[in-house]
Amino acid sequence: MLKFPIYLDHNATTPVDPRVLEAMLPYFTEKFGNAASRNHKFGWEAEEAVDYAREQIARLIGADPREIIFTSGATESDNLAIKGVAEMYARKGNHIVTVKTEHKAVLDTCRALERKGIAKVTYLDVASDGLIDLNALEAAVTDKTILVAVMFANNEIGVIQPIREIAKIAHSKGALFFSDATQAVGKIPVNVEEYGIDLMAFTAHKMYGPKGVGALYVRRKNPRVKVTAQMDGGGHERGMRSGTLNVPGIVGFGKACEICSREMVDESIRLAKLRDKLENGLLSIPETVVNGNRKYRLPHVTNISFKYVEGEGLMMGIKNLAVSSGSACTSASLEPSYVLKALGLPDDLGHSSIRFGLGRFTTEEEIDYAIGYVAEAVNKLREMSPLWEMHLEGIDLNTIQWAHH
Amino acid sequence: MAYSQKIIDHYTNPRNVGTLDKSKKNVGTGLVGAPECGDVMRLQIEVDEQTQVIKDAKFKTFGCGSAIASSSVATEWLKGKTIDEALSISNMDIVEELSLPPVKIHCSVLAEDAIKAAINDYRIKNGLPPIEEKQSEKTKI
Repeated sequence: MLKFPIYLDHNATTPVDPRVLEAMLPYFTEKFGNAASRNHKFGWEAEEAVDYAREQIARLIGADPREIIFTSGATESDNLAIKGVAEMYARKGNHIVTVKTEHKAVLDTCRALERKGIAKVTYLDVASDGLIDLNALEAAVTDKTILVAVMFANNEIGVIQPIREIAKIAHSKGALFFSDATQAVGKIPVNVEEYGIDLMAFTAHKMYGPKGVGALYVRRKNPRVKVTAQMDGGGHERGMRSGTLNVPGIVGFGKACEICSREMVDESIRLAKLRDKLENGLLSIPETVVNGNRKYRLPHVTNISFKYVEGEGLMMGIKNLAVSSGSACTSASLEPSYVLKALGLPDDLGHSSIRFGLGRFTTEEEIDYAIGYVAEAVNKLREMSPLWEMHLEGIDLNTIQWAHH
Repeated sequence: MAYSQKIIDHYTNPRNVGTLDKSKKNVGTGLVGAPECGDVMRLQIEVDEQTQVIKDAKFKTFGCGSAIASSSVATEWLKGKTIDEALSISNMDIVEELSLPPVKIHCSVLAEDAIKAAINDYRIKNGLPPIEEKQSEKTKI
């Protein structure tokens, strides 16, 4: 029996796995201690739980537990990594290289550093498939570059960047490499040693853990990386992030990582099959295109433009599905997704895009339903669309002089 | 964002979707908006040349639910009005009718523009001077 709405927005957030919740519960009531309390059982218990979680998390990404710094989430981790490196390595240089399709938490952090005159930032373009040009990266990195910040996988289109090669280029010029791996960790194998990552942001709620807890991986050797704390306080987390630890959240984060370590490979195979079924089903609707590279991509996401229908209008027509759109019709700017724009997608196709994100609890029955349901809505809206009618009449929409308002 | 019941009703059961023969002398067509902006409305009126009463109105819209609902409401209101009376329909009437939130007011503006553009198309076809408007806001086919 299908239950509506069907959740297909797993790149936004994921539900907490019941196994994760179960692990967390004692730490709200019975084992409520402060992990920094050194003098009694409550504190020891909490500290022990945090240490265990740190190991579970480190294991998932091939790190040492001491390299995990807990934060409130990936946005804070992005801020701490970029601002912390800019401050810590100011004597070495002030140049940062990043990419136009990064998450706002990275882009706006970089802009803040530029505004304050702390750093100069190069924003690399991407090709129409969403991948960066390694030659352009190589040309952009100078001896003044202290940090290269490139996301592991994109949140809108799921495209996976050539992380190993990027790390090599950064290191060859003496720069550190930071990756926002929020979308990738727990979904695909991410090993910081194998990929040569120096700093990495990720968060619990994208991998069936709770919201409000994330981590920054900070390399301890080859090289030993340090970041300047961005919050003053009790000097928790090796002085890099003060604040009482969110013990239940961290316990949940640890459990979520443990489950991902065990189940990720099988899960990604199952989801890739379902995603491909969904994608192929939707591509059988005429005039639809997949946005972004289809080979180097996360297994559970697809971003599709349905030409001649507007994304927000379409979402209203598929209200039994919880998805998101690259159309920014709800925002005051009326600008479609900057990520799709960076791919060189015309604005009208940006407005027509929908992101489908599958997850651990997505079933084949749900996908079968979604295919037929979306196709029906697209057809209905096209019957209503003047652009579709013009397309059928063979009118090239680019030859029309539209009034931009 | 939650939509009002009326928006949902017009979106789910849009009134007067369709196409009138734009080559006919008594049919006026207004096409406003742009695909890059995420909204294109085409509104058409068929006018009784004796009485100047709008006999039929049709629309097709590319846009969000509010844009579709705004054009649907506009076509309902146009039918039975003379082309002069139709000019009195303002975007604020549509905002009120559909309880459009502030970020969706542009949808109602577009509908008002479409009405004016359709009336002007009819007037020009029939040798009448176009009513005053900012020509720059309109789309030429």
